[in-house]
Amino acid sequence: MSDRIRLKAFGMLAEKIGTDSLEIENPGSSEALKRQLLQQFPELQSLTFRMAVDRKLIQAETAISAGQEIALLPPFSGG
Amino acid sequence: MNMNRFERQVILPGFGPEGQAKLKQASVLVIGAGGLGCPVLLYLAAAGVGRIAVVDGDVISPSNLNRQVLYGEKDLGKNKAETAVRYFQEKYSDMQWTAIPEFITVDNAQAHIFHYDLVIDGSDNFPTRYLVNDACVLLKKPLVYGSIYQYEGQVSVFNVGSHPCNYRDVFPNPPAPQEIPNCAETGVLGVLPGIIGNLMALEAIKVLSGLGKPLNNKLLLFNSLNTQFQELEILPNPTTQSAIPTSWNEFHQRDYALGVEGVQQLTWNEAMKLMGQEVAFVDVREPGEEPPLECTGLVKVPFSTLSKELGRFEEAEEILFFCQSGARSQKAAQLLQQTYPDKKIFSIRGGINALKS
Repeated sequence: MSDRIRLKAFGMLAEKIGTDSLEIENPGSSEALKRQLLQQFPELQSLTFRMAVDRKLIQAETAISAGQEIALLPPFSGG
Repeated sequence: MNMNRFERQVILPGFGPEGQAKLKQASVLVIGAGGLGCPVLLYLAAAGVGRIAVVDGDVISPSNLNRQVLYGEKDLGKNKAETAVRYFQEKYSDMQWTAIPEFITVDNAQAHIFHYDLVIDGSDNFPTRYLVNDACVLLKKPLVYGSIYQYEGQVSVFNVGSHPCNYRDVFPNPPAPQEIPNCAETGVLGVLPGIIGNLMALEAIKVLSGLGKPLNNKLLLFNSLNTQFQELEILPNPTTQSAIPTSWNEFHQRDYALGVEGVQQLTWNEAMKLMGQEVAFVDVREPGEEPPLECTGLVKVPFSTLSKELGRFEEAEEILFFCQSGARSQKAAQLLQQTYPDKKIFSIRGGINALKS
């Protein structure tokens, strides 16, 4: 079985990544995923965002397992 | 007559006369009467919340009218809080209204928020959102949060329940000003704040009347392009609580304005003292932003064209930039400083909004 995860990007992150949804190889942890994203999409380096693993906002490095959904969440200020 | 106004919700199972009585007893402070505040106000007023105050120091401009549905052409240039309150006072006679035509600040937040049961954050900038969040944490006041970006929105309920969360549990600190799109450049389809504002009104009614399950410990995300809702679970984050002032004294001292590194900021008073022959005084707002400012020596260079007009500043020894809220003017100052490292360049803190309040 392939070790893949699904990413969902919101707001400006979806613009920078070029899509709001994509499937990638599982890098194994939230920190590894972040490193990979920043390398692949350098524009993300200057952006603030949080991650949710299977719809739970994470507060520290978290292990990611196959099939999980990771949300990439930027703050919005508009009103 | 008043009971008739609420008949269709009073007959709802689970709401009933008890729910209506709770709304009647309740008071709500709505911060920001813009794209989110307008729909929130319409539905809280129609539902019969007893006492509502509206805080907004801004005036109505033409570009507001695609989403700020309380206002029309005849209201251009008028204060939003006063215009909204006047509208509702004519519409319903059974409610108490207060217009507070000023921006919320570290100096007035405690006094305003203290008197109300629940706060609505319908503001449109990060400094206000963090300021309101921190004040509501200090007062343990239920806060209904909503915000938008282009086609998407976020909604949550803070300071409610046995493990209350607040905005800093989601985003501990504000982003850098460089990350934030200019307020004059972010597009919005009016119906999106309409939807998010209605969700906020619903959450407020649920918290106040005890109906259903409010969105505490949840962050609701909405994408209007594919009509998808998604809920994320949020938990209190002990490590981010240190970012919140622990006392009112500390709160009053806190500078919530976003600072661009290396840019010198001045207050209006400090700026006025500098004005003179060799000083360029530059409005970087786009045409049509309200209120227009006219005075001798004022140069208008919209931020969108600034990078093409850098040569205009060759003669000036000192340059003072301002915009609507103090974010674009900092970016302008940063840009000019790169071009003219030897000139003294300043951004006026808080922009026109700070001048008005």
